[in-house]
Amino acid sequence: MLDNLVIAVASGKGGTGKTTIATNLAQYTTGLGQPAQYLDCDVEEPNGHIFLKPKIDHGRVVTVDVPQVDLEKCIGCGKCGEICQYSAIICIKENVLTFEQLCHSCGGCMRVCPAEAIKSKPLNIGDIEFGKAGDIDFVHGKLRIGNVRTPFLIKEVKKHIKQDGLAIIDVPPGTSCPVVEAVKGADFVLLVTEPTPFGLNDLKLTVDLVRKMNLPFAVAINRYDIGNKEVEKYCEVENIDVIMKLPDDRRIAEAYSIGQMITDVLSEYRKDFSELYEYTKSVKAGIDDKRRLRVRRKNNP
Amino acid sequence: MKIAITSTGKTLDSQVDPRFGRAAYFVIIDNETMDFSVIENESVAAAGGAGISSAKVVIDTGVEAVLTGNCGPNAERTLTAAGLKLYTGVTGTVAEAVELFKSGKLTEAAGPNVEPHFGIDK
Repeated sequence: MLDNLVIAVASGKGGTGKTTIATNLAQYTTGLGQPAQYLDCDVEEPNGHIFLKPKIDHGRVVTVDVPQVDLEKCIGCGKCGEICQYSAIICIKENVLTFEQLCHSCGGCMRVCPAEAIKSKPLNIGDIEFGKAGDIDFVHGKLRIGNVRTPFLIKEVKKHIKQDGLAIIDVPPGTSCPVVEAVKGADFVLLVTEPTPFGLNDLKLTVDLVRKMNLPFAVAINRYDIGNKEVEKYCEVENIDVIMKLPDDRRIAEAYSIGQMITDVLSEYRKDFSELYEYTKSVKAGIDDKRRLRVRRKNNP
Repeated sequence: MKIAITSTGKTLDSQVDPRFGRAAYFVIIDNETMDFSVIENESVAAAGGAGISSAKVVIDTGVEAVLTGNCGPNAERTLTAAGLKLYTGVTGTVAEAVELFKSGKLTEAAGPNVEPHFGIDK
């Protein structure tokens, strides 16, 4: 049995196939009778549920603390506004305005208030839902519309990672704070890209990010037969493993468009996920004590 | 009466800056004597909350009205909480804006006229 392993499936560019690979890997793994958990951390627009069709059995609301000002007690000193680096609270004449969506919940305003006029109150930012998709343990976070505390919600989703089996994290696209939060602490990051100039540009950015975070990683190229060979050349020069290549198969797109899983309807691709699964099984042994993949190393790390 | 105008430069011939929160400068001017001073806007490169911190700077100058191109909801809320009158959609030079204001041709904004983050990367 696979001992606990956390894989983050990420990509700089959106629409490269993160969710496709993450959901199919989860399904393939449980198909072998091995435990797998799928955690959709693309909380701004989670879509793994469209393919896995989980039965959600419970959920919880995620809140952050934001300030609530008692204007009866407020002496209008303005210290709350001076300490806030995000202009989330500001003292205008004898009035104190709060902007909850700008608050980072540091608690500074409450500490500096000499009149003890500021208390914290919870702001609902999103929901986490739990369920089963076949044998897959399914978890996803859903940020509520108008909220911006994406990394905090992702952190909360990741608290539900199980200690045994394979945990697959579906990472949001890009290279910003939510991505950093989602890949943080993963044993291994699979970077999904496509062989186009856009794919290459965003892959480079993501490679910079995972190298800076000292995370072991490898690349999967989706729609392999479109575009050009530049992504492969780049991986070759940079000594990056390309561990999966999925072709530009119209049937995959058709299955995707109606929410079907590749491993269900296109059996010939099971071998690709089998190889990916085998790779993930061996990945921990291939990571050296500097958290690099021992198989390949950049010449000048 | 003292008013504030968002400006792309430091003179009365400068163009009105179409952004409030991330305006380059605030020209603080007495519309009768035309005496003015210029404040460089430190919130131009703020990570967030630029409209609010800019509004605070403008409020602290003691002006009674703000003339600008566009103003988002957070800045609008802050300015109106302080009782300032807000005029959006203002274009041309700073001097022309003052003339328009004096002639009563500007109408007060009923609310923010753009979404948050309007002025980023412009």
